[in-house]
Amino acid sequence: MKVSYYPGCSLHATGREYDESVKAVSRALQIELAEVDDWSCCGASSAHMTNFKLSVALPARNIIAAEKSDRDVMVPCAACFNRFKSAQHHLARDAKLRSEVESILGAKYAGTVKVRTPIDIIYNDVGKEKLAAAVTKPLTGLKPVSYYGCLLLRPPEICEFDDYENPYMLDTIMKSCGAEPKKWSYKTDCCGGSLTLGKTDIVIRLVDKLMKAAREAGANCVATACPVCFANLDTRPSEDVRLPAFYFTELIALALGTPGPESWFGMHNVDPRPLLKSLGIV
Amino acid sequence: MGTFLDTVNERIGDVPIQNCYHCRKCTAGCPVAFAMDINPNTVVKMIQVGMRDRVLGSSTIWLCASCETCVTRCPNDVDIARMMDVLRELAIESKVAPKEKNVLKFHEAFLSNIKISGRINEPLMIVQYKLKSGDYFSDLAMGMSMFLKGKIKIISPRTRDVKSVRNIFKHTGR
Repeated sequence: MKVSYYPGCSLHATGREYDESVKAVSRALQIELAEVDDWSCCGASSAHMTNFKLSVALPARNIIAAEKSDRDVMVPCAACFNRFKSAQHHLARDAKLRSEVESILGAKYAGTVKVRTPIDIIYNDVGKEKLAAAVTKPLTGLKPVSYYGCLLLRPPEICEFDDYENPYMLDTIMKSCGAEPKKWSYKTDCCGGSLTLGKTDIVIRLVDKLMKAAREAGANCVATACPVCFANLDTRPSEDVRLPAFYFTELIALALGTPGPESWFGMHNVDPRPLLKSLGIV
Repeated sequence: MGTFLDTVNERIGDVPIQNCYHCRKCTAGCPVAFAMDINPNTVVKMIQVGMRDRVLGSSTIWLCASCETCVTRCPNDVDIARMMDVLRELAIESKVAPKEKNVLKFHEAFLSNIKISGRINEPLMIVQYKLKSGDYFSDLAMGMSMFLKGKIKIISPRTRDVKSVRNIFKHTGR
């Protein structure tokens, strides 16, 4: 299949492993990515927390760029995904806002493009059987908890994910890769997100709670699909509770035997290689 | 001119917040309530009784992380998260000093970074934040380690048509 691709700013910086692993996994699963031409920032939390119109117009510029093709657009960053979906929601129901945004951008908004996460595309379009069949190095012994966080799921009528209190797609994907995802009740809890610079103490408290819960569930790592969650999980937990964190696509890539994982793991703050070596996975 | 409640409801543009019957589900599920000076459901009541200055001067509006758990669980569809966005907008517009200064300084650094090149350049954005907040030294070691691992680069790709992005800022009032 062919999809448009919106990497977003994080995937070109602190989320580089996510960008590279999404691309490696897509190549291996025959998903062709075409980057949205001349994309710009979605505005993230800072726009919608301070200026509503700006928070709609910034993603709208990119959605309109993606509308040049009728392909779905893959948005791996949970924050960008949430802003895209939210903008579509407001543009669809508020004609006045839409015409205002269209006049600012000097272009028409059609609302025809489907905004999708790689979790959704891999789960629904590739499918768990095809994914399992492509696995060459099963992740035996790896026990991740799936951490979905906030922005893939909420608000549910905007995000249209699977089950907003007990999501399952990522768990199923991990199972197909030969891992043993652990059940826990913190799948959708918040990591503190963009408070990480302005209020670091709050984020430490939240990620420590997540890491403790993951350990209680018997996990040996955490799998996530958001660059903000990943940065917080990888860098903020206290030393005595931390576990390696992964982008879920890094784990799929590992299971599929694509090139790249070693160099991505070298960029993590908590080096996951000792764990993977002890399990005989690398 | 309407009441504070009217202003907030009009900006939310959805379910009026007085539909709240104070079950406190929003406060119970809020991951950051422990650090807030006023609980989310109490903010609703304070808006209803017109306590504008107390609400706009609270830490709550800046500590809300927009995780959207409150609105997801609200039995009356009151959009507490959107309400917090509205309160932040009103605080900025009426120049109320933010109780959590660094949170607003982060947002300002983030947005002004977008205006430079259309996309966030993380190292530059963090420098902008540090200059604004005066918090020069935290996370220095972390930043250096990320740089040495090749994770962050000083130069990152820009949006070619950055003018169109600046135009969005110009016409949305910031």
